[in-house]
Amino acid sequence: MTLDYLDYKAATEKYEPTLGLEVHVELNTKSKMFCSCATEFGAEPNTQTCPVCLGLPGALPVVNAKAIESSILIGLALNCSIAPYSRFARKNYFYPDMPKNFQTSQYDEPICVDGYLDVEVETDDGAKVFRVDIERVHMEEDTGKSLHVGGSTGRIHGAEYSLLDYNRAGIPLVEIVTRIVPGTGKYAPQVARAYVTELRDILRSLGVSDVKMEQGSLRCDANLSLAPIGSGELGTRSETKNVNSLRSVERAVSGEIERQANRLQAGERIVQETRHFLEESGQTRPGRSKEEAEDYRYFPEPDLVPITPDANWIEELRKRIPEKPSIRRKRLQTEWDCPDKEMTSLVNAELLDVVEETIELGAEPTRARTWWLGEISRLANEKEVLPTSLITTEFVAEIIALIVAGELTDKLARQVVEGVVNGEGSPKEVIEKRGLKVVSDDTALMLAIESAISAQPDTAERVRGGNIPAAGALIGAVMKATGGQADAAKVRELLLRHLGQGE
Amino acid sequence: MTNIYSSASEMADSLAKKEYSSVELTQQHLDRIADVDGKVSAFLHVDAEGALTQAAAVDAKRVRGEKLSPLAGVPLALKDILAQKGIPTTAGSKILEGWRPPYDSTVVTKLKEAGVVILGKTNMDEFAMGSSTENSAYGTTQNPWDLSRTPGGSSGGSAAAVAAFEAPLAIGTDTGGSIRQPAALTGIVGVKPTYGGVSRYGVVAYSSSLDQVGPFGRTVLDAALLHEVIAGHDERDSTSINAPIPQVVAAAKRLDVKGMKIGVIKELSGPGFQAGVSQRISESLELLVAAGAEIVEVSCPSFEFALAAYYLIAPSEASSNLARFDSMRYGLRVGDDGSKGAEEVMSITREAGFGKEVKRRIILGTYALSSGYYDAYYGSAQKVRTLVKQDFEKAFGQADVLVSPVTPTTAFKIGEKSEDPVAMYLSDIATIPVNMAGIGGMSLPVGLADEDGLPVGLQIMAPVMQDDRFYRVGGTLEAALLSKWGKPLLANIPELGGVA
Repeated sequence: MTLDYLDYKAATEKYEPTLGLEVHVELNTKSKMFCSCATEFGAEPNTQTCPVCLGLPGALPVVNAKAIESSILIGLALNCSIAPYSRFARKNYFYPDMPKNFQTSQYDEPICVDGYLDVEVETDDGAKVFRVDIERVHMEEDTGKSLHVGGSTGRIHGAEYSLLDYNRAGIPLVEIVTRIVPGTGKYAPQVARAYVTELRDILRSLGVSDVKMEQGSLRCDANLSLAPIGSGELGTRSETKNVNSLRSVERAVSGEIERQANRLQAGERIVQETRHFLEESGQTRPGRSKEEAEDYRYFPEPDLVPITPDANWIEELRKRIPEKPSIRRKRLQTEWDCPDKEMTSLVNAELLDVVEETIELGAEPTRARTWWLGEISRLANEKEVLPTSLITTEFVAEIIALIVAGELTDKLARQVVEGVVNGEGSPKEVIEKRGLKVVSDDTALMLAIESAISAQPDTAERVRGGNIPAAGALIGAVMKATGGQADAAKVRELLLRHLGQGE
Repeated sequence: MTNIYSSASEMADSLAKKEYSSVELTQQHLDRIADVDGKVSAFLHVDAEGALTQAAAVDAKRVRGEKLSPLAGVPLALKDILAQKGIPTTAGSKILEGWRPPYDSTVVTKLKEAGVVILGKTNMDEFAMGSSTENSAYGTTQNPWDLSRTPGGSSGGSAAAVAAFEAPLAIGTDTGGSIRQPAALTGIVGVKPTYGGVSRYGVVAYSSSLDQVGPFGRTVLDAALLHEVIAGHDERDSTSINAPIPQVVAAAKRLDVKGMKIGVIKELSGPGFQAGVSQRISESLELLVAAGAEIVEVSCPSFEFALAAYYLIAPSEASSNLARFDSMRYGLRVGDDGSKGAEEVMSITREAGFGKEVKRRIILGTYALSSGYYDAYYGSAQKVRTLVKQDFEKAFGQADVLVSPVTPTTAFKIGEKSEDPVAMYLSDIATIPVNMAGIGGMSLPVGLADEDGLPVGLQIMAPVMQDDRFYRVGGTLEAALLSKWGKPLLANIPELGGVA
């Protein structure tokens, strides 16, 4: 009997997916989890290490207080309870990129438990909210990085040799584990993506992580199992790693639904294993099998004391939790009367904060958005830096105010921005130095107008005779003479009045 | 004239009075080591150059009239488990052969700051696992009282060095008795401070929740002086106690126990202990009574289980602590011929680099932590630990200090117990409860056993961070014994030959 291949639609009509997500977040603390080494991304290999993070004999860990604070903030933002007493534990296994051959992590006593995150997904029946329950948020340290050289797969097996970089070893990680998310049906991929997106935005709003999936500061593992619809059973799950973008989260889940459905359809069983997501094909390939569950021999870390955060401190931290990003986006979009597409651009470019600030400083919303998304982003692109590093919100607001007051044209304003970005000083200083003020001084304009008239006496005669459109040539000449700094409307008004055509 | 037979405090006085220089004193100890260490084998590494440089620096400061700490210029032997920058540190194991730490342990930093001269690194049971130094990968240390016997362990090299006048002071570590037992077997003073009293930063870990660094000296005052140098809160050690250091030097000098209650632990006396040991202990108690103390009997019923619990907790932690020795980053690497993968090289190296007892404990600990066995083994052992603590708390409600023999017997013959691990483990039966409870204890020499003429140690224990109490009782008893004997106990030690 040959079986037809089940496509995604057919797969989800027959099987009910059950989703679970584990997200690892690298905290952006200045120093590592258990030592004072720097955490900067991209440093020369093995330059940010010390006896502690290299696991040298005799070295001892000391917990980074900032990492505890960040973990509690994350827990609070995810509606978790904060444990009054939690501990670190050792997770024992051998691997060359783990200096101590155990990872200092949290096991049965995590710092935050029992939270949730609501995410919105577009369904056939409109927007629907799915609640994702959070089982735990716990702290641990990152491992070093292995680079396997030689061989075809970049894996340790078959490699000629391996290089180890311990700069990453000991960087604080927070792992956020959901409970299984039932009832997503065919929307499992969208729920997964919406969850990771919302989580990323929350983490960013808390300022606790760089949340760059491409740099690995936010990593997602997706657990997925299938069971026949209506069976009420829970199938065997696979765990897909190496999912490096939001789009990949969605693709990895849908791909895995399709793969598992076709295996089940063919009467094969699902192997409990780790799978690696392949960015190019959207497929997953098997990693190590978890059939024989590894025994990590967890036990409480004897080198560290329990974490017992003060209840008042937790309440202080609770006050620092900002508005949920999805709610804030909706509010700002309404307040600014901003089209969907532009809002998405602002969010993707991470410009919401500066635009909001610029508007709070008195700038007109449409102009604030346009300047940040347009000219400033263009300059930032050219220089390969972040727009926010180029100019302050105060200066942008000031420039916009000058435009609104008619003291700058858009063209002049671009030059002012350029001057500010080039370090020529404040907008006022740039205007002063470059002489960029709109020429509104009537005397100066009149001189220019008179010289234009004497240069084109025939044209002037035609205008006097009522041929108003002919004035364009004279206006153009005045604008040229003033280097474009004159307000064209003003020039027109003065010129016409001078030639007896004004009101 | 320098005199290696004097106490550290006497040496410190002579140095302060400029009767001789630290360079002279250090050189004399280096000569003594050259002379007798061939017989004792206390040292794994002697750093003559470094010691003399340190000594010269102290002398120069003294000439300039700079303020110096009390032990400045006095030499010391360091157990090879403490990291000392640039100096071979093996923890008695082949697997660390050739490793020179790039950093100083906190204790070494404190010693250097105090101007204490570090002569070298002393022998020990591999990773402090043992009670005789026979588990050292670099040979056994001999007991200066009888070279056919062990000095005890694991800090046997440090204890033997002090007893053999190769150094007036030494540093050891004590996880289950590794300072107190060798001190008892070599007739010197050894102290295991309260857990958290001395920083463990830079101490190669055996069992993190039990390990503690402590001093050896030939007198109670010497141990106290060294104790004050190395003790104190260290932000690099999260388990270090942030509280003032107990005033142990003042306590050692107090020489008064009037009104103190001394509790004798019922479970740590009687038929299991060598007659000569029990006899010397009883006589010591009589001296304390004569000095005005009151003796009470206390009971600690859960001590019966302490040894078994210890041999689950310590190996469990060790199995994890020793996982880092994998040949990847430092120390020994065996079998890396280019054909083998990382895992295989790790495995071959560990097979070749660890000794029998270390392997035994790694396997024991790995088993005890395994899923399905954790609760029965590691979990139960932690419960015993709580019971031991409660026994101590109750006992300290009845007495200011508690006493017992340090060891069931005097020094045993080399080879006598090395094939019988359980017999070897039993030599720590009286010292292990102290580590389990995290309190402090002292081993004080109280005479020689009649049947073999070998030293006997009295263990004096005090509650957490009340280490001054055992210094007070120890100092008083030491003075009473000295006046009874007319000379120090070590005056009876056989001369090993060489300069007097």
